[in-house]
Amino acid sequence: MPLTPERLQDAYRQMLVIRKFEETIRNLYQQGKIRGSFHPCVGQEATAVGGCWAVRKDDYMTCTYRGHGQALAKGLDVRAAMAEMLGKSTGCSKGKGGSMHFTDPSVGLLGANAIVAAGVPHAAGAALASQLQKKDNVALAYFGEGAVNQGVFLESLNLAVIWKLPLILICENNLYSEMTPSHETTSVVETHKRADGFGFESIQVDGNDVEAMYNAVESAAAKARAGGGPIYIEAMTYRLWGHMMGDPEIYRTKEEVAKAKENEPIVRCGKRLLELGCTADDLTRLDSEAEAIIADALQFAESSAVPEPADAFTDVFI
Amino acid sequence: MPNITYAQALNEALREEMKVDPRIFLMGEDIGHHGGIFRVTKDLIDEFGAERVRDTPISESSFVGVGIGAAMAGMRPVVELLFMDFALVAADQIVNQAAKLRYMSGGTVSIPMVVRAQQGGGRGNGAQHSQSFESWLAQVPGLIIVAPSTPADAKGLLKSSIRDGNPVIFIEHKLLYNTKGDVPEGDYSIPIGKAEVKRDGRDITIVSYSRTLLFALEAAETLSQKGIEAEVIDLRTIEPLDMNTILESVKGTGRLLIVHEAHSNCGLGAEIIARMYEQAPDTLIMPPRRLGAKHVPIPVAESLENAVLPQTSDIIQAVEAMF
Ligand SMILES: Cc1ncc(C[n+]2csc(CCOP(=O)(O)OP(=O)(O)O)c2C)c(N)n1
Repeated sequence: MPLTPERLQDAYRQMLVIRKFEETIRNLYQQGKIRGSFHPCVGQEATAVGGCWAVRKDDYMTCTYRGHGQALAKGLDVRAAMAEMLGKSTGCSKGKGGSMHFTDPSVGLLGANAIVAAGVPHAAGAALASQLQKKDNVALAYFGEGAVNQGVFLESLNLAVIWKLPLILICENNLYSEMTPSHETTSVVETHKRADGFGFESIQVDGNDVEAMYNAVESAAAKARAGGGPIYIEAMTYRLWGHMMGDPEIYRTKEEVAKAKENEPIVRCGKRLLELGCTADDLTRLDSEAEAIIADALQFAESSAVPEPADAFTDVFI
Repeated sequence: MPNITYAQALNEALREEMKVDPRIFLMGEDIGHHGGIFRVTKDLIDEFGAERVRDTPISESSFVGVGIGAAMAGMRPVVELLFMDFALVAADQIVNQAAKLRYMSGGTVSIPMVVRAQQGGGRGNGAQHSQSFESWLAQVPGLIIVAPSTPADAKGLLKSSIRDGNPVIFIEHKLLYNTKGDVPEGDYSIPIGKAEVKRDGRDITIVSYSRTLLFALEAAETLSQKGIEAEVIDLRTIEPLDMNTILESVKGTGRLLIVHEAHSNCGLGAEIIARMYEQAPDTLIMPPRRLGAKHVPIPVAESLENAVLPQTSDIIQAVEAMF
């Protein structure tokens, strides 16, 4: 099912929810209300929404510390996400996981991970479970291009191919790994070419184009569901903010970032909607709807209780 | 009761559990047609097929990670590491992932996965194929750790581990596979977290598990001839530790020796002694002792390896020094 103009409006609003979520977190962070680190996905909303909306709720997904967008796009409740950021008992992990570990198996979200590449074999394992259970679920694994130099990542590529797993690997190539340009550290920086070497079917897509992203993942999922094996998608995108709060961003120029802003996914999707017949008022309405969702989540999170100290000792074992 | 080997007992546990629970599948190197280098998975591929008895590439991090993902998606993987030493290759997946995902998710996911591996020395396998890691692993909240010493315990504990629902590190010993013992037929299991008094005695409590438990029993026989009656406790489960059985025994004996093959330094023996002093110092009539591997890598030549790993004679000596 392609993204109809109506659903594209929903996707636009979803991207705005993600953007505003991150903006809100930044404010809260600056007010000292967020513990730990925060890795914003601003500028990468289309890879999240295009990818996660192209699969079903019961399909599986793993992502990274930069995965707020993917988690929300997969269906994680915004209130539970916001509360988790504020360390509240109503958070998706009751305050035990925080920014880098959003998890909600009820929407197929098997976890964001703070170890680079570590979630990739988990998605492969969920794909294997689906295969063994003779179900048609697929699994998505999101990771940054920095992950392609991790052993477990390369091991998992091999394993996915030999076992023909219904697995869709999505590399969000945003050009930088932390504060280092990836071409300085990566032998073949067009990462999909590496996947080719493992026998993957691979493609490179414009990750800032939500429709292109959606179409790529949708057809990959159709193939994987039919037993066609894994697919590797390299989504070219750009992280508009620093790697994390406090990143002085000495590795890139202001001009580069300004230029990237012209190509950012939300602006582009807005233009596309206008082409498709939406009015500027429609876009404003979608923006206020997103705003209201975030305001509600923030109100919910701020008014929620903090966990009791005794709660630190539950949820280790079943 | 049939008298079978430790390896056969494990094989029976896997077969019986796989028969009744289609969620269980096995992964590991050479476990399929070859049946595992220690024959634990012998013939299982014929009965359950290559989908459920899966040979893996030599990619420990990845296939342990795949086990975690499959477990979160409703399966019950039993993953075999050829040697416990290779757990370090998969350390991130075991320590940062399997042990923590449930907690970090606020209890919304669970990882019902067993990681089986044989460990230990005594066979001249050298420093990278002879280590014992239970003390390290016991430092990680979120892992259950079991280490059976007899065929009956091996079968009963493997069944409990598979049914448990949490990540379980199931420690076997390469020199136990061919040991024999009576194993009850039919469906039976040994509860996780329960030690067993394997020999009664009134003079000293010797706590051990896995292969050195057999050494402790052997030593107890010799000591008995010398007039010392040792009570020998088989921990069977390392985590959670059944401290009560130890406390109860020391109440009667007043003396405590812990024996394990893992390196002594910062090991389980030290932990048990610390807990002993925290929980019931007054029951001790003298300071407790521990025996473990000495603080060097495990060498190959027999004379060297025997000097490093605790032997039956070391146990006898240690006990005698306490009287
Ligand atoms: C195994 C491991 N090594 C190092 C880190 C520290 N670290 C966190 S994010 C990151 C950069 C990863 O870059 P990339 O995969 O391109 O993803 P991006 O952050 O750009 O989304 C690093 C090195 C880590 N979390 N895990």
